[in-house]
Amino acid sequence: MKPEGFHIRTPLARVRGLGAAHAGTRHFWQQRLTSVAGIILTVGFFFVVGSVLGRNHAAVVQILGSPLVAIVTLLFIINSVYHMWLGMQMIIEDYVHDDLRKLITLMANTFFSIAVAFVAIYAILKLSFGV
Amino acid sequence: MSRERPLSPHLQIYRPTLTMTMSIVHRITGMGLYFGTAILAWWLTAAASGPNAYAVFESFLGSFLGRLILFGYTWALIHHLLGGIRHLIWDAGYGFGPHEREWLARASIVGSVGLTILLWAIGLLVVGSAR
Repeated sequence: MKPEGFHIRTPLARVRGLGAAHAGTRHFWQQRLTSVAGIILTVGFFFVVGSVLGRNHAAVVQILGSPLVAIVTLLFIINSVYHMWLGMQMIIEDYVHDDLRKLITLMANTFFSIAVAFVAIYAILKLSFGV
Repeated sequence: MSRERPLSPHLQIYRPTLTMTMSIVHRITGMGLYFGTAILAWWLTAAASGPNAYAVFESFLGSFLGRLILFGYTWALIHHLLGGIRHLIWDAGYGFGPHEREWLARASIVGSVGLTILLWAIGLLVVGSAR
């Protein structure tokens, strides 16, 4: 008779294995984590957009550089970019089968995501601290 | 020598259903939002760069094409968000019944269209008012 909680694989093998990608459920989990955070941050971002609607450049600069607005916007961008990077990786892995094309598009995904995040983060930091 | 091999039936053999359409729309809106973040980065960079750069951005966003893109972006964001909540409900193990999944799909569509129109109505009222 099998003992309670019997597994054919040893506990060590189960911990070490982590599946074909050797990352376990990390991709899945982080996609969910960023989606839950995204719900809250998107609501916050709508308030940010609402606060600058119809205002002139000087007012927009002042609002976007104020601590609370800058923090919400920064969190929204970092969370969104990480979420979209994970999502696009999944789309590429699903639809791009040629090895070289897959490598190139996966690289392009990372380059685009980092570029967008860096540009946006730099702009907010400049609005907050810069001249 | 290549020969016609029997293939297992794929998606095209099934009658299109609402939940199937919602699945692909979730990916399409995700991809739209992916490239849309470039506009977000442009907005913040323009604000950080100065009044002239901001005027260029505003003239783009004020054009018919700009408004159309922004409206589409708003809907895609809300639709993807509501679709994400739907997926989180499924992740928790609920909402798989034939009646529930149809209801969730319809609620997502009605909710995303309704919320988009509501947010734009509020936005246009804010812009229209003296700020």
